Amino acid sequence: MTKTSIAAIAAARSGDKGEGSNVGILARSDQAYAFLKQHLTADVVREHMHAINNGGVKRFEADNMRVLNFLLEDSLGGGGSASLKTDAQGKTHGLAVLRLELDIPDDVLRSVKGN
Amino acid sequence: MSAKTAKDKVLIANGQGFWGDSILGPVRLVNEGPLDYLTLDYLAEVTMSIMQKLKSRRPEMGYATDFVTLIDRVLPQLVEKNIKVIANAGGVNPHACKDAVLEVIRKHGYEGIKVAVVEGDDILGDIDELMAQGQEFRNMDTGEPLPTVRDRVTSANVYLGAFPIAEALDQGAQIVITGRGTDPGLVIGPLIHEFGWSQDDYDKIAAGTVAGHIVECGAQCTGGNYTDWREVKDMARIGYPIIEASAEGSFVVTKHEGTGGMVTVASVTHQLAYEMGDPRNYITPDGVADFTSFTLEQDGPDRVRVTGVKGGPPTPTYKVSMSYEDGWKATGQLTISGPDALEKAQLCAQIVWDRLAFDGFEYADEERMVEFVGANVCHAGIDGSTANEPSEVVLRMGVKGPDRDKVNRFGPELVPLVTSGPPGVTGFAGGRPKATEIIGYWPALLSKELVEPRVTVFTS
Repeated sequence: MTKTSIAAIAAARSGDKGEGSNVGILARSDQAYAFLKQHLTADVVREHMHAINNGGVKRFEADNMRVLNFLLEDSLGGGGSASLKTDAQGKTHGLAVLRLELDIPDDVLRSVKGN
Repeated sequence: MSAKTAKDKVLIANGQGFWGDSILGPVRLVNEGPLDYLTLDYLAEVTMSIMQKLKSRRPEMGYATDFVTLIDRVLPQLVEKNIKVIANAGGVNPHACKDAVLEVIRKHGYEGIKVAVVEGDDILGDIDELMAQGQEFRNMDTGEPLPTVRDRVTSANVYLGAFPIAEALDQGAQIVITGRGTDPGLVIGPLIHEFGWSQDDYDKIAAGTVAGHIVECGAQCTGGNYTDWREVKDMARIGYPIIEASAEGSFVVTKHEGTGGMVTVASVTHQLAYEMGDPRNYITPDGVADFTSFTLEQDGPDRVRVTGVKGGPPTPTYKVSMSYEDGWKATGQLTISGPDALEKAQLCAQIVWDRLAFDGFEYADEERMVEFVGANVCHAGIDGSTANEPSEVVLRMGVKGPDRDKVNRFGPELVPLVTSGPPGVTGFAGGRPKATEIIGYWPALLSKELVEPRVTVFTS
């Protein structure tokens, strides 16, 4: 078990979705996906992103792509043209979620090439 | 449908991921390898509103002029290689766009080239009548009724589907100019035309939708904006994506040989996860695609095969994108050097708010913003993202609200910090920040039977 950022076992892509953002988390192996599906819940992401997102967080699963898709419902400072924020489109929210540290079992870490 | 012999494979590329994407994408696509169709997306949510404003000042404007520049640059190759072009460059004035394109074709001396216009998406002038017929146009996100903003609406466009594009191609168009339509529709249109797909070929339409979603942001599926960026080779010459489609609905995502970037299962999955809501219900006017249904596999270098896409029937409504005037905003920035960069930047921000308050201008918390760029703006509040004392920061401030004069009062108090604030304040090029209009976005639904897409073909 190693406490480390989930960037070791996942990649991410994010963008705007109305007044919120979507963060797709792409697991790097089947084991990593199973681990993230269990531990990277909507509540965990909401807590981690609390300073950026003022709304709720919804999670959707796409097993065929090993993707967990999170909708952060109020994360853009008003969204679109009304936002005064630098990242008004949530382009960097994926990398922010990847900074999350979890206790990741060694076999999950080893299942990812390069670790 | 198309009377000619159907091809086994059709090559469809997207060369423009958004308003402001590089012209090199489409220019290289027509030069660096084989291609049947080039699609180009020029319209963001707020673009239509900006175009309505341009058109109200000059009736011959209101479309993506970049598109005309591009056609001027690549027309000889398009003609020589018989590449067809589908672009939503028409904005709110597709006929003006078509006239400009025909003028370019004349200038190059080509005769007999067919240019089609797809329209019927612009319902700005019909809102009241449609409301009288019982259409509510409630905001899909908030549930608010339209009368809240009705008198401030500046554009209203239906997202049309792919079938009018296919019809234009059936009529022999080499260049198809549309107004608002779905992004995937630019790709599904030629597939319907080439393979004779019908409206109830739900799985095939869904496959076209997935293909269209993968390529709609240009290089974002070929290694652009990719987590493991060190793995991406030759990003300067990154290849734009090409769909190699088959009649039965499977397809390969690829790019031209010798271009930079990469097409891998991971690079394609990155894009599939972009701007995604519920992956089981990806709704377009042509059908509903299930993004959990298919399989991705590597099929040789820079080739990813997508098979097994499932879909369902379309919904009875079109999505409508409206924009409305939603107040004003102004933002500006200064660079503050060390020593003590962050502390001095914080002082500067306080000075600006205090001076504005002395003069009677106070901005509520939700009407003002301060960022210290370089000292953790993007990932504020995230563990592990806190920087050490930065050697310099960019102080970025802004205000917004319904009162234009009040928003404009902010700008003139920013630059004076250079001489009347702490030392090390610089970077004020660009003049005083001025109020710009905030354009609100209002998504809504409209019954399909009340919309009539129209296709007209013109010959040079």
